[in-house]
Amino acid sequence: MITLTNINKSYRTATVETLALNNINLKVEKGEFISIMGPSGCGKSTLLNIIGLLDAPTKGEIKVCGQEIKDFPDKKLAHFRNQKLGFIFQSYHLIQDLLVLDNVELPLLYRSMSGSERTRLATEALQQVGLSNRIKHYPSQLSGGQKQRVAIARALVGQPEIILADEPTGNLDSIMGHEILELLIDLNKNKGATIVMVTHDENMAKKTNRLVRLFDGSQVQ
Amino acid sequence: MLKNYLKITWAVLKRRKFFTFISLFGISFTLTVLIVVVAFLDHLFAPNYPELQRDKILYVPKAELKDTIIGWTSNGPVSFHFIKEYVLKMKTPEKIAFTSHPNTTNAYSPNGTKLRLFYKWTDANFWEVNNFQFVEGKPYIQVNIDNQERVTVINENTRDEYFGKNVNAVGKDFEIENVGYKVIGVVKGGPITRLYTSSDVYFPYFLAGKERLESKDLTGSFVVFLRGRNKKDLENIQAEFNAMIPKIPLNDRGDFKPNKLYVSADPYMESFTRELFGNGSHSGIHFFYMVVILFALLFMALPALNLININMNRIQERASEIGIRKAFGASSRTLTYQFITENIILALIGSFLAIILSILVIYYINHSHLIPYSDLAVNWKVLAWAILISIVFGLLSGVYPAWRMSKLQVVDALNDRQ
Repeated sequence: MITLTNINKSYRTATVETLALNNINLKVEKGEFISIMGPSGCGKSTLLNIIGLLDAPTKGEIKVCGQEIKDFPDKKLAHFRNQKLGFIFQSYHLIQDLLVLDNVELPLLYRSMSGSERTRLATEALQQVGLSNRIKHYPSQLSGGQKQRVAIARALVGQPEIILADEPTGNLDSIMGHEILELLIDLNKNKGATIVMVTHDENMAKKTNRLVRLFDGSQVQ
Repeated sequence: MLKNYLKITWAVLKRRKFFTFISLFGISFTLTVLIVVVAFLDHLFAPNYPELQRDKILYVPKAELKDTIIGWTSNGPVSFHFIKEYVLKMKTPEKIAFTSHPNTTNAYSPNGTKLRLFYKWTDANFWEVNNFQFVEGKPYIQVNIDNQERVTVINENTRDEYFGKNVNAVGKDFEIENVGYKVIGVVKGGPITRLYTSSDVYFPYFLAGKERLESKDLTGSFVVFLRGRNKKDLENIQAEFNAMIPKIPLNDRGDFKPNKLYVSADPYMESFTRELFGNGSHSGIHFFYMVVILFALLFMALPALNLININMNRIQERASEIGIRKAFGASSRTLTYQFITENIILALIGSFLAIILSILVIYYINHSHLIPYSDLAVNWKVLAWAILISIVFGLLSGVYPAWRMSKLQVVDALNDRQ
């Protein structure tokens, strides 16, 4: 489902070049739930961004859903992200000016689909995460856990093959964090979603199928 | 998609009320000025009272004689001689009429009030090629002119000031410079901006005086109206007119020995620009368009730059939204469209406010007597222009910020690193 071969990522300033990822090789099978762990600044989020095609590697090859992502023009890349990938971010990244329902509809806006169909699918996604009673609320009216559920609903509404979660429980207390993790496990087991999750929490990582450890930009496990 | 854009635009406008106020104030003020200018141009150039037949009339506002060897030029309205000897012999116009440019004089009402009046001399056809509304009486006709009757048509204002408000004037004597004329009709006045028809007092042309009527010069005091049966006819009239001009003999006037005559039969707008900017065979219409477009662009540029600046600030505020949209499948082009659409929506809201403001300003102009009988209006044409201008304004101020926004890298946008 995802194949990374010899991935390097470096950031260059006028005087210094920093290597964020060093020769990463990773294969994620369809239906797998893997977690990426490591200390702060080790390159976990950078790796997730590269898998999610939000950032480009300096060197190396990426294959997602059997397609080699190289020199994709902007429009094709946007379409690919829209169809195949769903994102969950630590700080939720909901649009504050839009209602919960509109936030969840967002990925469907970029597909040819009627407004009523969009609303139906978004409402279903919100039901799935237990938030059907909050569709007319704004993000600012929700608790952290509820915001993350909205973010999950948004990630799954387009039925992407891969869900990428960047510390989805990082801003939540442990009870709420476990609830969110249970939701992701359910998505993986019952909907067959392939999930790549970045986390700091060893206990959470243990509940996933496989653990990948990074240290200073290199893969150590 | 559009509904979503509308929601987000509305939310952004509500969120930053001060920025919204500044943006809308800039847009609506600029557009108000432009709408009033468009209304004024429409007032000048569209067929309005009493010149409702402009679409099928050609105007001959002036003649220009040139001595191309020495470089001397003499120009002015055409003479009665030119009209009688050449224009009146034309075959293609359905109707030919003429009038002088307005002159001023003073008159004293029976109760001693001094009136400063515009007057002009016209032929009888003048009343047929224009659509004056007679409040009382009727126009003078050819018989009155043939019989050399000292009759006059005055406008409503003049009647009210000379005889008293709404007092019947037809059949009464009207005295100017100690000469009496019988009032034969009273018309509803037209604004002074319609130079070919506006006047307080109208006299039959035979009263213009021997000197004017018998001069053999080609330039004089008159403007000619050549009316066709329809708009299509105008090409034939123009062709006949243009063919006639080279055959006109040019007489020397002392040292001035003209060897070239420039005189044109133009549609209204060109006749107007020819009087202001015309030179030889050039009507000056392109220059006029250029000035108007340049004025509009320059006038829009300053608030547009201001709006660009405000929009650039908004980019930073909305970086996270851009990142989210990109992450979930928006391409740079889609985002560019979104932000341009938002800006156009803002400009359209501004133009709605501007239309309301313009109606108030136009109401003030029409009722302040700055331009007597002015009839500026926000009609569908002015509205269409207002909407077009606001879209141009929206594009002008939206394209660059939208392009900059769309180029933000997703990761940078999500992490607020611009």
